[in-house]
Amino acid sequence: MRTFGIPRAFIAVLTRDLLLALRRRSEVVNPLLFFVIVVTLFPLAVSPSQAILQTLAPGIIWVAALLSTLLSLERMFRSDFEDGSLEQLLLSPCPPTVLVLAKVLAHWLVSGLPLLLIAPLLGVFLALPVTAMATLLFTLALGTPVLSLVGAIGVALTVGLRRGGALLSLLVLPLYLPVLIFSANAVAAAADGLPVTGQLYFLGGLLLLSCSLAPLAAAAALKISIH
Amino acid sequence: MWYWFHRFASPAYFYRFAGKAIPWLATLTGLLLLAGLYGGLVLAPADYQQGDSYRIIFIHVPSAWMSLFIYVVMATAGGIGLIWHIKLAEVIAACSAPIGASFTFIALATGSLWGKPMWGTWWVWDARLTSELILLFLYFGVIALQSAGEDKRTASRASAILALVGVINIPIIHFSVEWWNTLHQGATVSKMGAPSIHTSMLVPLLIMALACKFYYATSLLMRARVELLEREHNSNWIREALKNHE
Repeated sequence: MRTFGIPRAFIAVLTRDLLLALRRRSEVVNPLLFFVIVVTLFPLAVSPSQAILQTLAPGIIWVAALLSTLLSLERMFRSDFEDGSLEQLLLSPCPPTVLVLAKVLAHWLVSGLPLLLIAPLLGVFLALPVTAMATLLFTLALGTPVLSLVGAIGVALTVGLRRGGALLSLLVLPLYLPVLIFSANAVAAAADGLPVTGQLYFLGGLLLLSCSLAPLAAAAALKISIH
Repeated sequence: MWYWFHRFASPAYFYRFAGKAIPWLATLTGLLLLAGLYGGLVLAPADYQQGDSYRIIFIHVPSAWMSLFIYVVMATAGGIGLIWHIKLAEVIAACSAPIGASFTFIALATGSLWGKPMWGTWWVWDARLTSELILLFLYFGVIALQSAGEDKRTASRASAILALVGVINIPIIHFSVEWWNTLHQGATVSKMGAPSIHTSMLVPLLIMALACKFYYATSLLMRARVELLEREHNSNWIREALKNHE
């Protein structure tokens, strides 16, 4: 491999995954619609009162984001595993962590970033104060990549199993809890006019930690799943 | 040392060794349990604030310790199995998960029973309780992944990775008391200098902790023997061992 091999491989996998996502638009849009619909359910189920919704808003938006990420996770490796291209990718001389990182980035661009864009609208739905909007976006920007990264481990572990869906949520959701706790807490604190830098630093730390360790674990898990 | 290590890690040797060790370990577990329970339930005085209901700590605290300890053992064994491909380590990791999950459950259940008279509620969303609950979920995840695959060795290796990932949760549990500092009382035993628990209560507590360790060892060896029989059912040493009624 030449010196440019690794960045080129990264970009090749990234563009390939983005192109695939573009060709299968409904798979991309459905988790996003799910996100919107789940959030809409809460005012109907709990109460349309502004005061109640305002206190629930950070939690509702974040739980919905978690579930919608879970819904789109399988796409990361499943179809590549089924048509055998995942095996070919792993056989290439490029380190598998780089490939995993590229696939995670593609997944985040397709499923995490749209959440970020649509979240302010849902914040308005749930009467979230305008002052908390920026924090909501910050937590989503720092938190959703962690969800994609950690989720990649879960998908890599279950991709070889025939019915991985329910198992995937059992494996991944407990690992998501720190992100959920700190993000929802930060948004709620911002709504009350409290400082949130501590929570944001913590989320940033989680992002760095998962960015450096999750690809290693996911790559090892993929090798086991394919064996 | 490596010679000893390799010999011990061979399934055939381990199977025979475990068969001999189990009666001894079981007896020791029984004796320690009796001593600890007698010391805790009869000899130790009632607490001046909590009366007799504090006595649940003789079960609760050792179980909580074990829930963490077993997770670390499981992850370490899983890691060893992943790196050096030692079959026995995979078996140990696989057999530890259900025991650890039951200790976690006991810690949660007894804590909840104690919480009702003391805090006035069965359950509070306190950091420590929550992380213990998450630990239970992590155990469930490992167990589920282990039973999901058709090939036992692949499943073991996959769940080893999951256990190692979950290890990040262990320090969060341990330091959660300091981080979130909520309703649950801080650590009393490991405080440096003078522990804020009286010796008459501390001694039975430590005996109970030891009893739980030995219970784990006994039950682990029993489970590992069965698991080895299942995994290696068509190897020669099993046929010989069964012929000799070991």
